[in-house]
Amino acid sequence: MKVKVLFFARLREELGTSVEVIDLPDSASTVNGLRSLLMRRGGAWQRLLAEGKNLKIAVNQDLASAAAPLNPGDEVAFFPPVTGG
Amino acid sequence: MKISVQSEDFDLGAEVKAISGNDRIGAVASFVGLVRDVAMTLEHYPGMTENAIKKIVEEAMSQWQVMECTVIHRYGDLQPNDQIVLVAVASSHRADAFAACQFIMDYLKTQAPFWKKEHRPEGARWVDARDSDDEAAERWRSLKQPRLLKP
Repeated sequence: MKVKVLFFARLREELGTSVEVIDLPDSASTVNGLRSLLMRRGGAWQRLLAEGKNLKIAVNQDLASAAAPLNPGDEVAFFPPVTGG
Repeated sequence: MKISVQSEDFDLGAEVKAISGNDRIGAVASFVGLVRDVAMTLEHYPGMTENAIKKIVEEAMSQWQVMECTVIHRYGDLQPNDQIVLVAVASSHRADAFAACQFIMDYLKTQAPFWKKEHRPEGARWVDARDSDDEAAERWRSLKQPRLLKP
């Protein structure tokens, strides 16, 4: 199934991309499955998508956990903690 | 409720006037955040940013008596002393206006997807999130009291 993946701020810059469509195998239909797939690209992907307080996740524009399930056409975003205001 | 995420500047006086028309309003509390020290670029997540602010304002409206509310947040390139954010809350009484205004601002800093990149002489750097901002938002969890329903 296909999902749209967005990257913002430091992640967008260091990964060199702001949006990608990823074809996920059915066995990987969670945010964690998507994360593992992307982390296998190594380098900055492995470092920046590692779970921790510096990685925030949104599914369809709502904050989500790494365990959140994904459905075809979902929009998943990875970004650092927010610093607005 | 007016929520705007925009690159253009805003006029505090005009925004306050716009939410003060109702004669049951007795108090308007407003906050304006400014760029300190260095030029910066603000990035946001179009769509999610507006929705996140809307949820924060709805939460404030469920906790305090809020009759009108305007939140404006800018993005793009900003210079020192530029205005970044405006929160204005109109209520019958000042206590609700003050509290809702501060609550919205504290939550916005930790929940709304904006990211600041500072342009310093030694190079550009992304601003790190601060624990003190998380604590400011967290503080409201214990302060919020259930409101009595009025007939």
